[in-house]
Amino acid sequence: MTDDTPAAEGFDEDPSASSEPDGGAVVVEPDEHVHVDPYERNWMRIAAFTMVVFAIAVTVAGLALGIQVPTDEGRVDPNTLASTPPWSEPGLREIVPGEEYDLYIVARRFAFQPMEVEIPQGATVNFYATSADVQHGIKLGLAGAEGRQASNINIMVIPGQVSKLTSTFDDVGVYDYICHEYCGLAHHQMAGVLRVVPAEGGE
Amino acid sequence: MLKGRPTQVDYQLEQRDRNFVGYHLIVAVAALLIGSTFGPLQSLEHAGIDLYPQMTWLVDNYYQGLTIHGVLNALVWTTFFITGFLTLCMIKGLGRRLRYPVLNWIGFLTMVVGLVITAVPLLAGNATVLFTFYPPMQPSSLFYIGLTLVVVGSWIEGLGFYLTFYEWRKDNPDQRSPFIAFASLVTMVLWQIATIGVAAEILGMLLPASLGWTSGMDPQLARTLFWFTGHPLVYFWLLPAYLSWYAMLPKQVDGKMFSDQLARLAFWLFLLLSVPLGFHHQFVDPGIPSGWKYVHFALTYAVAIPSFMTMFTVIASLEYGAWRRGGRGLFGWVRALPWGNPSVTAQLLAGILFVFGGIGGIMNASYNVNLALHNTAWVPGHFHLTVASAVTMTFFGISYWLVPYIVGKPLWAPKLALASSWIYFGGMLVFSNALHTVGLLGAPRRVPLGLAPYIPSEWSGHLWRVGIGGTVMYIGLILYVVVIVVTALRRKRFAEDEGVEIPVAESRRDVQATPVWLDRWVPWLTATGLLILLAYGPQLYEQIVNAQLNSPSFPP
Ligand code: HEM
Ligand SMILES: [Cu+2]
Ligand SMILES: [Cu+2]
Ligand SMILES: [Cu+2]
Repeated sequence: MTDDTPAAEGFDEDPSASSEPDGGAVVVEPDEHVHVDPYERNWMRIAAFTMVVFAIAVTVAGLALGIQVPTDEGRVDPNTLASTPPWSEPGLREIVPGEEYDLYIVARRFAFQPMEVEIPQGATVNFYATSADVQHGIKLGLAGAEGRQASNINIMVIPGQVSKLTSTFDDVGVYDYICHEYCGLAHHQMAGVLRVVPAEGGE
Repeated sequence: MLKGRPTQVDYQLEQRDRNFVGYHLIVAVAALLIGSTFGPLQSLEHAGIDLYPQMTWLVDNYYQGLTIHGVLNALVWTTFFITGFLTLCMIKGLGRRLRYPVLNWIGFLTMVVGLVITAVPLLAGNATVLFTFYPPMQPSSLFYIGLTLVVVGSWIEGLGFYLTFYEWRKDNPDQRSPFIAFASLVTMVLWQIATIGVAAEILGMLLPASLGWTSGMDPQLARTLFWFTGHPLVYFWLLPAYLSWYAMLPKQVDGKMFSDQLARLAFWLFLLLSVPLGFHHQFVDPGIPSGWKYVHFALTYAVAIPSFMTMFTVIASLEYGAWRRGGRGLFGWVRALPWGNPSVTAQLLAGILFVFGGIGGIMNASYNVNLALHNTAWVPGHFHLTVASAVTMTFFGISYWLVPYIVGKPLWAPKLALASSWIYFGGMLVFSNALHTVGLLGAPRRVPLGLAPYIPSEWSGHLWRVGIGGTVMYIGLILYVVVIVVTALRRKRFAEDEGVEIPVAESRRDVQATPVWLDRWVPWLTATGLLILLAYGPQLYEQIVNAQLNSPSFPP
């Protein structure tokens, strides 16, 4: 390949380009600033702009729509769950009848406690979870199947930690809660069910 | 003096140094071969064809195979290939032997010993903890000891690089460090900073607990330390591929390096930004304030900048080469690339798959979007496009000139090598798309989906695509191994006037024009340290002072 082949259109062929280095006489001074091709500069602008737009979208979804990730909710001793309320009695607690519930879930190989929960349509549920042994996880809901529903609930369930996430359930159906972190040889069997049923005397 | 052919251009590695690189490759390819064998088994299991009952002579269950798959592919194939390849780039780049070849030999042998020690409990079924080994699930202590030795060995090899560079710098105070050596050094430094996390996790918490010195572990802190390493680990895999794309591939397509300066800037930015964002793997962890997760989310978006730079620069240098080969047109130039060269094709296909991997990666990193994706089958769908495609296929491509260079024999059956890449690529498109799809529908990862009671029958079409795609990939991968092994073992040697060169592209602009600050370590290392301190310091401090080692261990 010889160097008098035309350079690609639009590429600035640099005068200081080291095409034939055998002359060896010229001392090249370093550039003061990074030399950036004009096309590349524009590309970088587009890239930065795109990322900013994405970041704004994510932030708005977090603040305005309330789609939040879990935060630090304090610790609990995994060895004494059986004697630490509320973990000693996992299950559903009614806060505002028909509207708001707290659900305490204890993960233990290879089942959740409770394994089945029923709530009325339109209810808001605060999920609290911890583990009595190894790491587990909860992904609530599946899509693409008759009668099954998906949700935004996704948490790690870690011994020593309390996980919390909240969701409102406007759609009737079956929401499987599936263990999504490898927890041992029957990891694939660890799943419970949340049923959202039409509210009594509901609309 | 300053202007002139850099030392690297004519330097050829001595045969014993080539062999040293070759030994790394032998371990790497053997690991890939064994590790990948579980790939089609896992994929077919998803499709409902459970071959594990026939595999009991090798593994007891899906999870043991998956652990071997993850460890051998993601940790061993990558680490050994990379240390070998970077050794070659150091020697070639600096135009001299390593300062202390014995030191690097010690490092390499330490890695091998570590690998053997890890393999024992893995194969015996005493370490079925997957490659993330999250506590308090506890493998045999040998697993930890072996992994530690692999990391220590790689550090020793890195030390050998630094000493070599130090000597070169003394001899060449005013030269820009040759790019391929520079990029190798950045990769190694990144790896050493990154692995501090997992070293602290294993030596400070997991190993003492497994030896019975402490009564338990703090799983949340362990995860934080693990992901301190886990994210930059992916850059340790990627940067050697980038090295090839930036500085070698252009030469292979008859072009030049588009910009030495921007390439360096990109590498510095990767060093600066790749450690302090590990929380993006922990968006749904309980014990981390969401504000800190948001900080790491923002920093992850910042890494998109050098990634987009890389995309531009690599494509621009390909276009430049294609134009010099006579290609014309807005997209028409693509046809002028040397698609008949298996080394080039493997890397071009790697790059194409990486575009999809990158888009998926941005989605993973997008804070609350992660709720829809975390630990679903989407994630393996994603990283088979990155580590198992962008990185692995680039390493295929590198092997196609590297192995001939090492053994002094022409590549056997280049057509088969070409076919290998296309087959793997085609399989990957199907496989990865299907995994992404079932992941979005809610399928968890690390699950033998065929056995899981909750998987709806409506998904079977997608799961079949996983099975078919995965099997096709494996065929492509086996062809790669066959081509490489036959090349190494064949009789035919290069004739006197034949041979392969290490492709090192010239920069379009003289490298001496590169600003000095792009070739200085102290400011960049300081900035890296500071940023890590800012982004990780407060949370690490918090989690360490509040740590409670009260989670007892459990067998897998
Ligand atoms: C023939 C080629 C391959 C096939 C068919 C294949 C298939 C699979 C499948 C189906 C899974 C998902 C398992 C699950 O989540 O339950 C998986 C996991 C994985 N694969 Fe591959 N794979 C192949 C090659 C590779 C390569 C080359 C690498 C890395 C360089 C790799 C790295 C991984 C890793 C890290 C995991 C995750 C393991 C874990 O979750 O612990 N794979 N593979
Ligand atoms: Cu579980
Ligand atoms: Cu599980
Ligand atoms: Cu990451």
